[in-house]
Amino acid sequence: MRHRQAIALLSLAGLFVALYLWLYKIGMIGSLTCGTGGCEVVQTSRYAVFLGLPVALHGVLGYGVLLGVTLAGLQPRWLGRRGPTLVLAALATLGILFTAYLNYLAVFRIHAVCRWCVASAVIITLIWLVAMHAWWKERAVGR
Amino acid sequence: MKRFYVVLGLAALAGGAWLTYQARRPPAAGPGGAVVPLPATDGFPGYIMGSDSAPVEVVEYADFECPACAQFATVQMPTVREQLIATGRVRWRFRDFPLPSHSFARYAAHAAQCAGEQGRFWDMHDQLFANHSWAQTGRDPSRLFRDMARTVGLDLDRYDACMESARYAGRIEASKQEGDARGVNGTPTFFINGRQLTARSWGSDVFKGVVDSITGRGR
Repeated sequence: MRHRQAIALLSLAGLFVALYLWLYKIGMIGSLTCGTGGCEVVQTSRYAVFLGLPVALHGVLGYGVLLGVTLAGLQPRWLGRRGPTLVLAALATLGILFTAYLNYLAVFRIHAVCRWCVASAVIITLIWLVAMHAWWKERAVGR
Repeated sequence: MKRFYVVLGLAALAGGAWLTYQARRPPAAGPGGAVVPLPATDGFPGYIMGSDSAPVEVVEYADFECPACAQFATVQMPTVREQLIATGRVRWRFRDFPLPSHSFARYAAHAAQCAGEQGRFWDMHDQLFANHSWAQTGRDPSRLFRDMARTVGLDLDRYDACMESARYAGRIEASKQEGDARGVNGTPTFFINGRQLTARSWGSDVFKGVVDSITGRGR
């Protein structure tokens, strides 16, 4: 239960970071609090769109799904089951792979570092670590 | 479990409040920002080069993104500096006049103001005009400007804080409005001892001729 609670809180934090970047992308927020200027460079680059959608919106949807699955997994009927943990581990793995790809683009193609993207990378990495730990523990217990 | 939902709810409220604050925060003079700020009332007269006792004052209204301004700054201005400013005959005053058609003009002007805060306005001015390719690409120049800030020896932490705060956006707008009030409708526009220079070209010889006529040397 603890790991799902931790993932829920981390997903909520990630959701707000992604929402912040997405609101900037659609013009609802005038400027990013970034300091280096790298956030604007990344957000206005051609890589800021993936499969026709802003990358930040992928983040919003991704973290939203993670939060939804986690909250569902905290309901009494799912609490003792292994399914939500497996789904969370799979989603977190997808998220961390996507984040690795985005960070590769930022560093080697765009040549800019966005602090908020780094924050999101840290959050998804923590979610992945927690999810994998939970999956490993439940697997060992054989639940 | 109940405590967890309380914590989650509080976190959601805090995040929502933070996002609302960010959305309502006055925009910084960010790249390409189209929002025109209120003019500052600090009475800043512009950056000045030359002697206070020079008999002639030239006021230049310029836009950092304007190609003609860049050409003047890189081709004619070095001679003007050498022959008229360094010799104590002319005092040069720079005023911002960002044209609405130029996406990054205000941002560039703000970068120069932030350099001015550290006593490097003219160095940044020269960098912005000498490396003018940023004005042709249409791409976000913030990284390039930061590199220029590094090149001219600025404290980058102070520069970043200054750019983020947009503290000189109002000063730039005040300068623009001053230019509007004086009838400036293009850049660069020059006023020599208060009178607009109407010459078709702005060669250093034109300035020298006008200064000579004012100071009586040409007689």
